[in-house]
Amino acid sequence: MTYFAGNYDVIVVGAGHAGSEAALASARLGQKTLLLTINLDAVAMLPCNPSIGGTGKGHLVREIDALGGEMGKIIDQTMIQCRMLNTGKGPAVHSLRAQTDKWDYQNAMRSVIENQDNLTLKQQEAVELFVDGGKVKGVGVQTGAVYHGKTVILCTGTYLRAKIFIGETQFYGGPGGLAPSMAFSDSLEKCGIPLQRFKTGTPARVDKRTLDFSKMSVQEGDVPIVPFSFDTEAIDIEQIPCYLTYTNEEGHQIIRENITRSPLHLGDIKGVGARYCPSIETKVERFADKDRHQVFIEPEGRYSNELYVQGMSSCLPEEVQISVYRTVPGMEKVEIMRPAYAIDYDCIIPGNLTASLEYMGIEGLFCAGQINGTSGYEEAAAQGLIAGINAVHKIQGKPPLILDRSQAYIGVLIDDIITKSADEPYRMMTSRSEYRLLLRQDNADLRLTPTGYDIGLISEERYQRFLKKREQIEAEKQRLQQVLVRPETEVNSWLASLGQPNLKNTFSLAELLKRPQITYANSRLVDPQRPELPQPVWEQVEVQIKYAGYIDKQIGQVRQFQKLENKRLATDLDYRAIHGLRIEAIEKLCSIRPESVGQAGRISGVSPADISVLLVYLDQQKRLKEGSGDDHS
Amino acid sequence: MHRQYLSEDTIAAVATGMGSSGIGIIRISGPEAVSVASKIFTPKGSQNLETCESHKLLYGHIVDPQTAQRVDEVLVSKMKAPHTYTREDVVEINCHGGIVPMQKTLALVLQEGVRLAEPGEFTKRAFLNGRLDLTQAEAVMDIIGAKSEKNLQLSLYQLEGALSKSIDAMEDTLIDLLSFIEANIDYPEYDIEEVSETRLVETVSALVKKTKALLEGAQTGRIYKEGIATLILGEPNVGKSSLLNALLMSERAIVTEIPGTTRDIIEETVTIQGIPFKLIDTAGIRETDNIVEQIGVDKAVDWIERADLILFMHDINKPIDAEDQALLDLVANRQTLYLANKADNLNTADEGKLGSPWMPISVLEGHNIDRLKEQMAAVVLSGKVSAESDFLITNVRHIRLLELFQRALEQALETLDSGMPLEMISIDLQDALAYLREISGKQIDEAVIHRIFENFCVGK
Ligand SMILES: Nc1nc2c(ncn2[C@@H]2O[C@H](COP(=O)(O)OP(=O)(O)OP(=O)(O)O)[C@@H](O)[C@H]2O)c(=O)[nH]1
Ligand SMILES: [Mg+2]
Repeated sequence: MTYFAGNYDVIVVGAGHAGSEAALASARLGQKTLLLTINLDAVAMLPCNPSIGGTGKGHLVREIDALGGEMGKIIDQTMIQCRMLNTGKGPAVHSLRAQTDKWDYQNAMRSVIENQDNLTLKQQEAVELFVDGGKVKGVGVQTGAVYHGKTVILCTGTYLRAKIFIGETQFYGGPGGLAPSMAFSDSLEKCGIPLQRFKTGTPARVDKRTLDFSKMSVQEGDVPIVPFSFDTEAIDIEQIPCYLTYTNEEGHQIIRENITRSPLHLGDIKGVGARYCPSIETKVERFADKDRHQVFIEPEGRYSNELYVQGMSSCLPEEVQISVYRTVPGMEKVEIMRPAYAIDYDCIIPGNLTASLEYMGIEGLFCAGQINGTSGYEEAAAQGLIAGINAVHKIQGKPPLILDRSQAYIGVLIDDIITKSADEPYRMMTSRSEYRLLLRQDNADLRLTPTGYDIGLISEERYQRFLKKREQIEAEKQRLQQVLVRPETEVNSWLASLGQPNLKNTFSLAELLKRPQITYANSRLVDPQRPELPQPVWEQVEVQIKYAGYIDKQIGQVRQFQKLENKRLATDLDYRAIHGLRIEAIEKLCSIRPESVGQAGRISGVSPADISVLLVYLDQQKRLKEGSGDDHS
Repeated sequence: MHRQYLSEDTIAAVATGMGSSGIGIIRISGPEAVSVASKIFTPKGSQNLETCESHKLLYGHIVDPQTAQRVDEVLVSKMKAPHTYTREDVVEINCHGGIVPMQKTLALVLQEGVRLAEPGEFTKRAFLNGRLDLTQAEAVMDIIGAKSEKNLQLSLYQLEGALSKSIDAMEDTLIDLLSFIEANIDYPEYDIEEVSETRLVETVSALVKKTKALLEGAQTGRIYKEGIATLILGEPNVGKSSLLNALLMSERAIVTEIPGTTRDIIEETVTIQGIPFKLIDTAGIRETDNIVEQIGVDKAVDWIERADLILFMHDINKPIDAEDQALLDLVANRQTLYLANKADNLNTADEGKLGSPWMPISVLEGHNIDRLKEQMAAVVLSGKVSAESDFLITNVRHIRLLELFQRALEQALETLDSGMPLEMISIDLQDALAYLREISGKQIDEAVIHRIFENFCVGK
């Protein structure tokens, strides 16, 4: 029996990291929002590693925060250790990563969601998607309730027809011991949404009391902590360390002896796994010459003895896992609390999405997170935020928010997944961005907060603070141009102390700051009038001055890039009717349906000549239109 | 790196190849056309390209601004926008001195920062700037499609052999280095050796050195086995290798009285009247039991399709039998010169022995070799063999991209030297990689990311 259970503007299916951001954005933008979760205790769950951020991913969190998303704030509240990675390298690749208490994280996010106006959170398993005449209509759930929605956002994570593999033990089951969603996939397929199968996995969780940390090396957090959110002033917590140890030949041998019991070997796993997330058995097989692999021990929370064993994900049988884990120094007596497992699940073909994350051919249906073939909490949250905003814009008749590759990692992420047909879950890496120097984590607010404000997710108060920061940066940059450093004895002895040659002429301090050894901090001596500025301000000033040459070069490249991005292509264009396109290009263009000539150029199999042909075609169409316009006037 | 698809920069290319008139035209189009041409063109007398009125023809010389050497004697016409083919400022250089000076002239233009036009790009600009009307749009698109296809084929075909191997090897080295840098950046906590400055400098310097060598080779024409692909074909022992040696004026190929001497393809380039010919000596064609020789024969037959010009040789003292006829049928549709060799006592009777179109020659005595050379040049200049301007384009294009590749590598070394962090060096190296990939026509893809996961055991 079904019954009508209410009208909503936006229905979000799944309350993981994508769903949470999507629902919050939509509700905050004034739309009546329903958030469905298969289990109320699984809101914003971290079923894999207990950490947020890392290279590339930390950038995403900063961007989410700059646009008015929630993830950065929650991790700031719940972190138990934080590190800035890559500080030995340049500013573009500094990346924040924090360990979190995963229960605290969930609770904090759940509390924000529960107390958000316009937002209703329910434990309900979606079983049916209603689509009529190419438009989404709503969602039906297991209990028979039918919710009508103007838009629906699918954030089903790894739950769809999820199957767990622990050696020969295989069963349908969701992540972290939760129930899978078995019926919804059928409904999606009936709506004409083709599905594919991806795979991921997680290591075992072990009991802290059974480890000997004296045989491992300690990894402490940074002091002071740099927060993720531009809204967080400072974080003062007692940090909990992580530990590093290594596998060895003995363990590798056990793996090799039992490899035939891996479901991958048995051919049971249908999903495609990611290369950057290899199980320990994959590492041993693929890198046979490596005699050890790193193992990071990370706390799952402040109050639990559960520890995450990074580097040892596996789908071997439980008893094999136990013997392998026990060969690792410091883990000789380890007790496993939850075994490692692999999971495979249904996801959509992301090439069928537009850049707004709307599904092509089903108006009002949006998808975000692992259902789009990505991996990672941060990737999911970023998509959730964009999908949430765009569902609202759809309802309100506003143009969608589309960030391009030159504006944000979020733009790179979405453009990549909709353009390149990936055959494995997609993980963000800084190497994926061609404008890495512009898309720094330190300037995410400068890049995106004005957008967040325009959309309505950044409060007036926060925006004013942001404006002030931006003014301070500009003023200080100006001032440093005016500060003259003369070739005087005092100055030269200061330079000598830094291993720098004497000055022959007078330079501005801005000029001098371009030298690698001279920093904002150590040049205070020659800058007596310097104002007291907050660290984020002068850091920004320093980076912008120091790397100006390269920054300008990339800005030039971006200008070129944007010209082709601005040449829009209709998604219903008949490529077969365009003269001069090669067959391969026609096929690719028809399946990806790019939204701009720039995006078309990034599709593998579309050549520069095809792009030229498209440009001429666009011009022809424009002239035709202008011509017919004249006829009617 | 970004290809520019929009009409803003200045482009140049060979607009008309060397035809029978012996004149080839290089066209420059775009805002910098006039100023760039002025830098390399010295007009006769008191004339001045920059200040002279539009649609004027000036006589003078192309002079290499670096060496002050005269490259060619030319007529230059200047045409100001909008009354030009592309509706942009256009300069056309009419070159007289043959293919080599023309190639040099184009190279000079490109060195001034002009970009080599994409296939069909003049036409594209003409259309986009409203010069061509709407009904011509489809023709324009077809031209772009067809031209680029042909260009790519030519380019790849030219890339066969030594150059292609060097490019592939350099690409591999560069991707390796980049994957190493990127793995360091994206996986800072993993057991990956830090990229040392020494390794960076060594690897990049070695690439620079290799590129320089390639470019020098390109100048002397040794690396680029370019030119009109000219296949010497015939039965065993008719004198094919002898002819190759005679045209090269060196003892390149082994000549013996034993039929079946040449067993593999021999390629050499020779310039005749300024036109580069790539001579291809083949194994004499016959039914054979010898496997090695058979492979040579198969390759020769393969080459028939790819050759621009065929020199078909026969022994004048032998009649044309069924086997000969079969071979003649193979080349029937190809541009062919028919040579009746071993006419040692060249006399009027020889002309008639095999009849038209056979030309009696004697490689041994040197009879009619000059006449042969003239005919070879005539075939090209009359436009019957049209490959030369395309060859020129791809060749100049390769050189240009190699130069840009080298510059990007040198920039990386400077960046390193100035103490900039790793990701800045990565920017320069990515630029370099993009140029290299443009030579081989490969798309920028995720090669570096793929290599990271091939080479390093990273990931949780
Ligand atoms: N009399 C005479 N002999 C010639 C002439 N040209 C070549 N020969 C001789 O013919 C023989 C074969 O010459 P090659 O140049 O080796 O012939 P080929 O066609 O390359 O032979 P294969 O490589 O065996 O197919 C040698 O002994 C040459 O000296 C010519 O014009 N007159
Ligand atoms: Mg021979």
